Amino acid sequence: MSDDARKDTQEQADFRQYCRGWLADNRPPEPTVRLPLSPLEIMTTEQLCYLQDWQQSAYDAGLVGCDYPQEVGGGGCKDCQRVANEEMLRARTPFFPNVIGLGMAAPTVFYHGQEELKQNLLPRLFSGEDIWCQGFSEPGAGSDLANVQTFAERKGDKWVINGHKVWTSLAHFAEWMILLLRTDKSHKYDGLSYFVVPIRAALGDGVTVRPLIKMTGETGFNEVIFDNLEVDDSYRLDELGKGWQVAMTTLLHERGAGELQTPRAGGMKSKATHTTNTANLIELARNSVRDGEPASADPLLRDRIVQQVIREQGLALNQQRARVPALLDHPMRVQLQNKLLMTEISQDTAALALEIEGASASLYLGDDNAPVGGQWPMAYMNSYGMTIAAGTSEVQRNILGERVLGLAKSK
Amino acid sequence: MAKADNFGFGEEAALLKESARKFFTDNFPTDALHALVATDPSPERMSDCAWERDLWQQLVDLGWSMLAVPESAGGVGMPLVAVAGLVEELGRAAFPCPLLGTLNATYVLIACGDGGQAALEEIAAGQAATLAITNHQGDWNVSQTEVSCEDGKLSGSAWFVQDARKTDRLLVSARSPAGLSLYWVATDAPGVSIHADAILDLTRDQAHISFDAVEAEEVTNNALAALEQAMPAIWIILAADIVGAAEWQLQTTVEYASARQQFDHPLGFFQAVKHPLVDVMVQIDQSKSLVYGAACSVDMEPARALQDAHMAKASASETAAFASGRSIQCHGGIGFTWECFVHLYFKRQKHSQMLWGDAGWHRRRLADILIGEVA
Repeated sequence: MSDDARKDTQEQADFRQYCRGWLADNRPPEPTVRLPLSPLEIMTTEQLCYLQDWQQSAYDAGLVGCDYPQEVGGGGCKDCQRVANEEMLRARTPFFPNVIGLGMAAPTVFYHGQEELKQNLLPRLFSGEDIWCQGFSEPGAGSDLANVQTFAERKGDKWVINGHKVWTSLAHFAEWMILLLRTDKSHKYDGLSYFVVPIRAALGDGVTVRPLIKMTGETGFNEVIFDNLEVDDSYRLDELGKGWQVAMTTLLHERGAGELQTPRAGGMKSKATHTTNTANLIELARNSVRDGEPASADPLLRDRIVQQVIREQGLALNQQRARVPALLDHPMRVQLQNKLLMTEISQDTAALALEIEGASASLYLGDDNAPVGGQWPMAYMNSYGMTIAAGTSEVQRNILGERVLGLAKSK
Repeated sequence: MAKADNFGFGEEAALLKESARKFFTDNFPTDALHALVATDPSPERMSDCAWERDLWQQLVDLGWSMLAVPESAGGVGMPLVAVAGLVEELGRAAFPCPLLGTLNATYVLIACGDGGQAALEEIAAGQAATLAITNHQGDWNVSQTEVSCEDGKLSGSAWFVQDARKTDRLLVSARSPAGLSLYWVATDAPGVSIHADAILDLTRDQAHISFDAVEAEEVTNNALAALEQAMPAIWIILAADIVGAAEWQLQTTVEYASARQQFDHPLGFFQAVKHPLVDVMVQIDQSKSLVYGAACSVDMEPARALQDAHMAKASASETAAFASGRSIQCHGGIGFTWECFVHLYFKRQKHSQMLWGDAGWHRRRLADILIGEVA
């Protein structure tokens, strides 16, 4: 019996067996295009279509949205999404393209949307037919998220939206956006409201999506400009002025600390899996040369590799300890460290990989001689996206210092 | 055997940890520690051996000194993960006593098989013990000793013996005609001389011990195997002690950073103070998870014990240094004084950091395991 299966309930055990069977018979075909490292780097419609087909078939088979009620298009199961995720990881399937929809929009709409809205939106979100994006950050509202200035003005039972969102991943493919905006300029937090907005339908007519190019050369995220976009009041989530509380539901799920488990497929045997963990680092060191010998024989590199292994193991064991209340002094203390640790460890692992590669670290994706296809330099650059997005490492440290250690709130 | 989801840290272990926390909070708050050990600030002082013998006896009566002794020898037979929980609380209190030495001896004796039985029974009867296996260079490699045994009599010296003046028995490694052997010796046996070291740490005592034709009882003639088997547990409990002490350092420093005002704000308002304290917490949590993970390996998956124990002590040694440095620095001027309690833990942590191998020592061995030895 696998480690994952040991603590299954009867429902989970049956479901696991079902998933395993289905995945054995329904592996998606090999892609004809090179897949990106993550859903946030999907650049072409060919890549998108391939991944959407896969999400659709997984949804039809009941592997997506398992724990949501059937009325909103879910599977109506109890704690089965985790099982589906584990089995999809095990089967090394491709990932789902609709990550923001599944991880952030779905739980937010589910907890804060009106019944009819849920029933209309969630099934096509789960199936991947509608891609979602997130309109939170703005040029003047990054770490200080509550400073968003995008404004919705009431006009009968409609709202007229004007403003400027940035770092909007997947906006160029998205049908829908979750949108944090301001409906009252006199209160910073209580002046915020939360909408879902059909941006694709309004392209060129109130909505402009402009791609931003990342330092890696990839696209994937965008600026979105709202110019007198009219939306219906029925697209508002929760009450007027409750936008900040709704946004907290989104962020909690984004950081993996939410109530609902995010549907997650993944572990495609793409080149992406050659980076990010230390087992690959050791392999890389064995295959790299330094002073005429394998880099894995260099005492300084060995020590730094081992330091990374220890941190990685510490993180994995943290996640295990987070479920043992007797070994926790504060219930959220270990969980709230996850994002910070995961992103900083990956960053340092990638940085070390470049040092192990030595001169070859100068070779990028387009070079035939680049070790591991030039993935490590790309992973290193992308790691800064991780330590910045979803609350920078500095913001994470503020959260930990204030919410766990109880230190005075910083400005 | 598959590892348990909860590290095997069950209800009994949780109860033990909780009662240990309460025992030390009730009976031995930090001001009592300071009053007990910080009596003479002179740098050239000879180390006292200040400890609360009566409190130690209470601890023995609670069965805590014989927790790891198997039930077959009259002990409690608790798994290492539970013992680590107790030791974490002991570290938090920085309680001066021979518990760690006694546990160390216990794990080695268990690894000695039948030969260790009689000595284990003595520990179960309340005797405290410590290891005398290190040479004068402080080589943590367990095959090194400067004691030898001829005709059943020990001669030579053992160094860096922990809490020697608080213990009843010594477990001594010595070269014998049969190879490296272990001997069980009473600290007051004729020919045993304990020379106290003048050490930094006020919460422990340490000594070098000379043996002059000391009659000794052989426990095993295969000391190397027994010591190698026991070392992971020994590193893990010291790492647990470090984690507990670091929690004290963090908590105390956070309290100070919340109370002390400068520039019209508590210190913790400033990110230059807040973020390092968060980093201390993160580092403690890494070490803590590694400690319980490694203890679980010793209990349930021995094949991983060595590597996981190296990780735990390597990480804990770094935590000891980092938490200690920040605790003094964030206290500012007062943290640099004798009257402030933080130096007691700073010194205990410095001692623990190097004891049984510092971070580099453990990582070097880990590299050999994980990456392979360099020819």
